[in-house]
Amino acid sequence: MTLLYFATLLSLVAAGYYFGRSRAAAVSQAALHSRPAYHGAFVAIAVLLPMLAVFAVGVPLAQRLAEAQAVNAFDPALAGDELRRGAVLRDIVAVAAGRFSGEPSAALQRAAETYRSLRSWSDALLIAGGLAFGLLAIAFGLRSLSARFRARNHVERFVTVVLFACASVAVLTTVGIVFSVLFETLRFFERVSPVEFLFGLHWSPQTAIRADQAGSSGAFGIIPLVAGTLLITTIAILVAGPIGLFSAIYLAEYASPRFRAIVKPILEILAGIPTVVLGFFAALTLAPWIRDSGGLLGLNVASESALAAGIVMGMMIIPFISSLSDDVINAVPQSLRDGSYAMGATRSETVKKVILPAAFAGIVSAFMLAISRAVGETMIVVMAAGLAANLTFNPLEAVTTFTVQIKTILVGDQEFDSAKTLAAFALGFVLFFFTLTLNVIALQIVKRYREQYD
Amino acid sequence: MMNTMVHVEVPAADRGPAADRAIKVVARGVNVHYGEKHALHDVDLDIPERAVTALIGPSGCGKSTFLRCLNRMNDTIPVARVTGRIEIDGHDIHDPELDVVQLRARVGMVFQKPNPFPKSVYENVAYGPRIHGLARTKGELDEIVVSSLRRAGLYEEVKDRLADSGTGLSGGQQQRLCIARAIAVSPEVILMDEPCSALDPIATAKIEELMDELRENFTIIIVTHSMQQAARVSQRTAFFHLGSLVEEGPTETIFTTPKDRRTLDYITGRFG
Ligand SMILES: Nc1ncnc2c1ncn2[C@@H]1O[C@H](COP(=O)(O)OP(=O)(O)OP(=O)(O)O)[C@@H](O)[C@H]1O
Ligand SMILES: [Mg+2]
Repeated sequence: MTLLYFATLLSLVAAGYYFGRSRAAAVSQAALHSRPAYHGAFVAIAVLLPMLAVFAVGVPLAQRLAEAQAVNAFDPALAGDELRRGAVLRDIVAVAAGRFSGEPSAALQRAAETYRSLRSWSDALLIAGGLAFGLLAIAFGLRSLSARFRARNHVERFVTVVLFACASVAVLTTVGIVFSVLFETLRFFERVSPVEFLFGLHWSPQTAIRADQAGSSGAFGIIPLVAGTLLITTIAILVAGPIGLFSAIYLAEYASPRFRAIVKPILEILAGIPTVVLGFFAALTLAPWIRDSGGLLGLNVASESALAAGIVMGMMIIPFISSLSDDVINAVPQSLRDGSYAMGATRSETVKKVILPAAFAGIVSAFMLAISRAVGETMIVVMAAGLAANLTFNPLEAVTTFTVQIKTILVGDQEFDSAKTLAAFALGFVLFFFTLTLNVIALQIVKRYREQYD
Repeated sequence: MMNTMVHVEVPAADRGPAADRAIKVVARGVNVHYGEKHALHDVDLDIPERAVTALIGPSGCGKSTFLRCLNRMNDTIPVARVTGRIEIDGHDIHDPELDVVQLRARVGMVFQKPNPFPKSVYENVAYGPRIHGLARTKGELDEIVVSSLRRAGLYEEVKDRLADSGTGLSGGQQQRLCIARAIAVSPEVILMDEPCSALDPIATAKIEELMDELRENFTIIIVTHSMQQAARVSQRTAFFHLGSLVEEGPTETIFTTPKDRRTLDYITGRFG
C-alpha cells in the first residue's frame, strides 16, 4: 500500500514537472519570467505537498479507525482498559496478518476480519484520494502558470523552507535532548542533593535493594569521576599534544610533498581504528607491559591503570591534532614565510616566531576538538582503566570516568526511577555542560587570536 | 601606444658612469633553472654602492629571479638551481663558509605585497634585531625600532599604536613597515620587488621619496614595471628580456639613447 501510494506520487510529480515544463517551453522564451524548468518544478511541488499531506493525515487516521472498530467487534467493554486493549489489539493484528500462533477464538477471528476489511477499504480510499488530489493539483498548477508567473520565486521560497526545516531538525533535536536530560537530572536532584552530587568524594551508585544489604550505601559524589576523567584526559593530551603538533609541523614545514602525501592519510587512518580495537590493545598489550615494567622499577601498578588508558586514548586523538594543525599551518600564507626567511630567520625560528603564532587559533581549536573526543571516549577506558571509582591522581591506579559510569549504570535491566538510573542522566548533563564550556572557551580564544590574512 | 620617449629628470649630481661609485654587487655568468626551465641566462651585472639600480623588463623575463639570487631566496624553492658567481664586497655569496643567515642580514628584501607578520608594529620591526641578537637591552631594542620606523618615514603615523597589530595598518603603511623591518638589521643592500605595485599614487610617492633618502646609506635594487618610477628613483637601469640581461647603464642613457632595439621598444611601450 505504502509502496503503491508513493509510486503514484512519484509518477504524478514527474507528470506535473513534465507538463509544467512543456507548457512554459511552448511560450515565447523572451516573455517568460522564469525558465521552463522552474515552471515544471512549481507544478511538481504543487503535486508533492498535498499528496504528502493526504498520506500523513490519512494513514494514522485509517489505522485508528480500523483498530477502534476491530476492538469494538471483539468486546465493546474493552475501550477503557488500556492494558488489555493493547494485548487484544496485538492479537487481532497478528491474526489479520496470519502470524498468530495457535488457534484464534471465533470472536478474535471476527475482529480480525473487521480489521482486515476496514484496512483494505481505507487503503483503496487513500490511494484514490491521493490520486484525486494529485490530479487536481496538476490542473491547478497548470492554470496558475503564465508567461509573467513568478515560478522561480515560488520554487526558491520552497527550497528555503526545506533548508530551514532541515536546520531546525538539528537544532530541535539538540534542544530536545538537552531538555530531556535536564528533566531527568532534576528528578535525580529530588533524591540526591546537588551539593552531595557535585562535591561528594565517594561514588558508589549501588543502592540497597534490601535494608540489610552491605556495601550498597549509594554514594553519589562525582569528584572521583571528575578526577579520573581529568587524569586520563590529561595523560592523553600529554601524549597526543606534542606528538600531534610536532608531526604537523614536520609534515607542513619540513617534509617533502611526496612524503606528506603518503604519511598524512596514514596518520588519519589512526582516527578510523574502532575504539574497541584500541581498547583491546590497551588492555591486553599496554597495560600488562606497564605493570611489568613498573614492577621492575619497584612500583606498584594496578593491572588496569589510568596510564594505559590515557596513552592509548592519546594515540587515538593524535590524528585530530596532527591533521587539523597541519591544515591550519598550511593555510599560513607563503608570503609570511618568505618575509621571515628574507630577514635571515632559520626555518625553526620561522616556525616558532611566525607560523605557530599565526596558526595559533586553529591549533587551539584542534586541541579542543581532541579534548572533547577524549572526554567523551568510553570504550578504551572501560577496557583499560577499570571501573573502580578511586579518588586519586596517581596514573598507575585504576580510575573511572563519566562516560564509563553512565554506560555501567545503564547496561542491564534497570528500574527507571531509582536514584542510580537517574544518576546517569545527571552525569550526562554534567558532561554536556563540561564540553559546552570547553567549546565556548575555544571559540573565545579563536575569536581573539584569529588572524585575518587578506 | 605611447611613442614618445619617457621624460626623465636625473639630478645632475647622479650623472656619470658607474665607475664613479664603488661596485657593491658583482654577478658573473649567473644562470637559474627551475627544474627543466632555464629562467636566467648568463647574467653579468655590476651594481654600484649607495645608489638605486632599477631592473625592468616584460613580465616573466626573470627580474624577480635575479633579485632572489642576491639574497639566496631561491634556496627556499626546491626546484630552483642557481649557478654562476655572485659577489658582495668581493666575497662569494655561495661560499660554503658563509652562512645564509648572515647573508640575509646584510641583504634585506621588501616584497611586492606588503607582508607584515601578524604581530604588533613594534614586534614586526624588532623581529630581525631579535633574531640576530643586535640589541642587548630593551632600551637598545627600543632605540633600533624607533629609529628604523623614523627612517622608513612611518614613526609619526604609528607612534601611538606600536602595540597594535601590523596587519591593521593601511597598505602603504604596511609596506613602509616592511621597509622598516628590513632596515632594522642595518643591511648593506636592500632588494625591493615591485614594492609599490599594490599601492596608490600617494603611498607610492612616499616610498619613492624614502628610497631617495635611503640610498645615502644603502645599496638599493628595485624591480619595477613602471618606467616613470624607474626613471624617477634610479641612477642605473638594467633591462631584462626573456631571461637575458639585454642592456644596462645609467638610467638617463637607457631611457634616452638605448643601444639595443629591444630596450627602445620596451621603454617606448611597443611591447611588454
Ligand atoms: N618558483 C618557480 N618555479 C618554476 N618556475 C618559476 C618559478 N618562479 C619563476 N618561474 C619562472 O621563471 C621565469 C621568470 O620568472 P620571474 O618571476 O623572475 O619573472 P619576473 O620578471 O619577475 O616577472 P614579473 O614581472 O611578472 O614579476 C618565468 O617564466 C616564471 O614562470
Ligand atoms: Mg616578479
